[in-house]
Amino acid sequence: MSTEAGHAVGVAMKRKEDPRFIQGKGNYVDDLTIPGMLYLALVRSPYPHAEIKKIDIADAMKKVPGVKAIITGKDLEAAGLGWLPTFHGFDKQMVLGIGKVLFQYQEVAAVFAESREAAADGAEAVQVEYAPLPVVADPFTSKTDQVLLRPDREQKTNHIFHWEVGDKDATMRALSSSPRRIKERLWFQRCHPAPLEPCGCVAYFDTMGRLQFHVTSQAPHVYRTALALVTGIPEDKIHVVSPDIGGGFGNKVPVYPGYVCAIVGALKIGRAVKWIESRTENLTSTGFARDYHMDVEIGATEDGRVTALHVATTADHGAFDAAADPSKYPAGIFGIVTGSYAFPVAHAEVDAYFTNKAPGGIAYRCSFRVTEASYAIERGMDILADELGMDAAELRRKNFIRKDQFPYPSALGFTYDSGDYHKTLDTALDAIGYKQLLEEQAEKRARGELMGIGLSTFTEVVGAGPSKHFDILGIKMFDSAEIRIHPTGAGIVRAGTKSQGQGHETTWAQIVAEELGLDPQTIMVEEGDTDTAPYGLGTYASRSTPTAGAAIAMAARRIREKARKIAAHLLEVGETDVEWKDYKFQVKGVPSKTVTMKEVAFAAYTNMAQNEPGLEATFYYDPPNMTYPNGAYVAVVDVDRETGEVKVRRFLAVDDCGTIINPMVVEGQIHGGLTEGFAIAFMQEIQYDGDGNNLNTNFTDYLLPTSLETPHWETAKTITPSPHHPIGAKGVGESPNVGSPAAFVNAVIDALSPLGVRHIDMPITRDKVWSAIRAAEDRKK
Amino acid sequence: MKVKVTVNGVAYERDVKPRTLLAYFLREACGLTGTHVGCDTSNCGCCVVVMDGGRAVKSCTMFAVQADGHQIMTVEGLANGATLHPLQQGFWDQHGLQCGYCTPGMMLTAYALLKHNPNPSEADIREGLAGNLCRCTGYQNIVKAVQQAAEKMREPVSARS
Repeated sequence: MSTEAGHAVGVAMKRKEDPRFIQGKGNYVDDLTIPGMLYLALVRSPYPHAEIKKIDIADAMKKVPGVKAIITGKDLEAAGLGWLPTFHGFDKQMVLGIGKVLFQYQEVAAVFAESREAAADGAEAVQVEYAPLPVVADPFTSKTDQVLLRPDREQKTNHIFHWEVGDKDATMRALSSSPRRIKERLWFQRCHPAPLEPCGCVAYFDTMGRLQFHVTSQAPHVYRTALALVTGIPEDKIHVVSPDIGGGFGNKVPVYPGYVCAIVGALKIGRAVKWIESRTENLTSTGFARDYHMDVEIGATEDGRVTALHVATTADHGAFDAAADPSKYPAGIFGIVTGSYAFPVAHAEVDAYFTNKAPGGIAYRCSFRVTEASYAIERGMDILADELGMDAAELRRKNFIRKDQFPYPSALGFTYDSGDYHKTLDTALDAIGYKQLLEEQAEKRARGELMGIGLSTFTEVVGAGPSKHFDILGIKMFDSAEIRIHPTGAGIVRAGTKSQGQGHETTWAQIVAEELGLDPQTIMVEEGDTDTAPYGLGTYASRSTPTAGAAIAMAARRIREKARKIAAHLLEVGETDVEWKDYKFQVKGVPSKTVTMKEVAFAAYTNMAQNEPGLEATFYYDPPNMTYPNGAYVAVVDVDRETGEVKVRRFLAVDDCGTIINPMVVEGQIHGGLTEGFAIAFMQEIQYDGDGNNLNTNFTDYLLPTSLETPHWETAKTITPSPHHPIGAKGVGESPNVGSPAAFVNAVIDALSPLGVRHIDMPITRDKVWSAIRAAEDRKK
Repeated sequence: MKVKVTVNGVAYERDVKPRTLLAYFLREACGLTGTHVGCDTSNCGCCVVVMDGGRAVKSCTMFAVQADGHQIMTVEGLANGATLHPLQQGFWDQHGLQCGYCTPGMMLTAYALLKHNPNPSEADIREGLAGNLCRCTGYQNIVKAVQQAAEKMREPVSARS
């Protein structure tokens, strides 16, 4: 562990933020108390689709001690705050039910009270009369438009959008002329990120009349601008603070009705308001993820060269289109669906529909639908391998984009920056002993035992994104950094991103330290305060390192250029005679004549000669391209033929995320992402019954893996730096979550393939496997 | 109702409603916000504290009145002055935390586990922590953190650095 000035990027430095967390001194939003603070509780609908006939607040106001005020959708509508624009930009969402409710647990009324308990009692006492309406519980029913869910919209249909990319005619021609073809419907089930800290906020107006808004937000600056636009409060009168956040995973990107109600309550009552959602509220009403029904078709030659890919998706977006995608990308970056393979032609299309379910479709540890796309292609390639009777690794190797083809223009419009897919795959196969595993599998199959080996060789697209293509509500998706170096050589860096556990307080300091030859321990990192941090789009979609990480390196280089002038003065030579070498300034060709950045920093305030005093810089970084991390994952599973139980015996992840800033942090991210991928493959699902009732409303029904069932993770790496990122880094947080579900499913299907099983939708539960095995045995009889 | 609960060695006498959960008593009546609440169903374990020196309890599943007259240790009571507890050191050294939200409950569950089993195997640790959820780490480094702490705690006190 280095704490010395100098080499800092690539060092497994212990995290600077940890001492406060391990001592219980974290500062999460629920830890904040303001004198006179009220508590907000929300009344929610028990019906998935119903007309609101009447809301009676009399009992709650009169009979429940401590209740101060209650607001309903009508009150908000009168104030012009009835609806909230979604980040998507195409739709709006009711803050509190107006006229009707569209999903179970939808917000209907807001109760403000003196205590947590009084607010809950008050919410119980609000009487709402509903008249149930017919429920649309799936997108295929929605498609028929027999029940129009959103009469508030101009377009009188449940169809939200059709999006497509690629050459459809050429793709269809290539598919029909391909000697070999596969087609399969894959459903990526609805799931929920479920960070352990639920969403919440504290809102109040200070003595200057400024809105002080502390909130679990992954994107505090975007919140500030959105609040200014929606409420009409001037943006300088809004101060958003994202304190420590207990996990986000995309769940804390959207603006939720509870936030709006808290602000309205604070304004109306003139006191601070705290709103902390319960776990049930979190799982039933905040951003869900996925719910893509994907028809995947791949064509190939007899010898296994892919000829075309077509994916047609039916998407369930719930009651409002709150997918939080960049505005030009209603289906996110689904166009990455050609994956790591050189498809000559491809076409992808997505049709999205409203249903009576919670809104969302957010990027759960994912760059906007990249997880769905990655799953589609990686499952598809395995199904093709099975169809061709080819080894799954061999098929992939044959179709990979080759190292010499980068930068590679994909059939669906991306320019992949770099990679060496053959090397990454070979590293994985060597490390896990693929050949021996195949031999073992052959022996086991001969004995009737079910062992499976699953591969996933995914390519990701992260770092949204270049201003030409990416914006949210019109705001371009750049990111930013501001660095100040103090006279003693310590400093502070502020960025437009917001860590929720990713370790920015450490890794951002490492970048500054590396670029400036300073001690990372004396570089403080601050994020999440819109009064002090430069404007940025926040942390999600593995964008922090590709965008803010780049901005930090570039700002540091600006400081270095300023410092060079002062160094020249100190070294008594011309500026052109000074070079930056071994983390110091040196007179060219005279290694004995040097000054350190620390010395220059002191001089910047005490002896700057003709130079402008001070040593600081700001940089707004507009990325020239996305970055394209890739990986090769191998899962080995054993399936119990009698019980259907799947045991993940081994899992190896080889990731290539370009330059690594902190290998310990990167490995931690991979462990966490793999665990979420495992959870999605085997456990996590938000199910609705045919009547629109949510069946997974708490952690006893929405299953998350514990230490007992989580497999042991093996990791390895290849490093192919991004050619366009200042330090060559690509981002890694979501890769393991994007890449691993297909590896798990491929392994289970590989185990079951001798029985003729071709596909099982996630989550692969024991009963689904058991049923597939029984069905296969029945077929044999 | 009047209760007297000794938390981290300090006696807190407070007037509480019968329905006040121990978790909120600690957070709001004692101002000890290191104890977190992450679910409504006693699944997540973010709220685990140690009662009477060796029993891990989920403080969202106990009323404050049930803790009357008992000793409670929260995360704020783990360190000895400026010296971190071996569990805290282990979590830091082994990167056993990311967002930090589950960490207090994890460490206190591990504390009780090590009281009863000072030399646990990996399987013992995984079983011992199965009542605590973590969404960030995948548990592997948490296991390593507990192993490091266990090893340190088995050393004679004089040998500890």
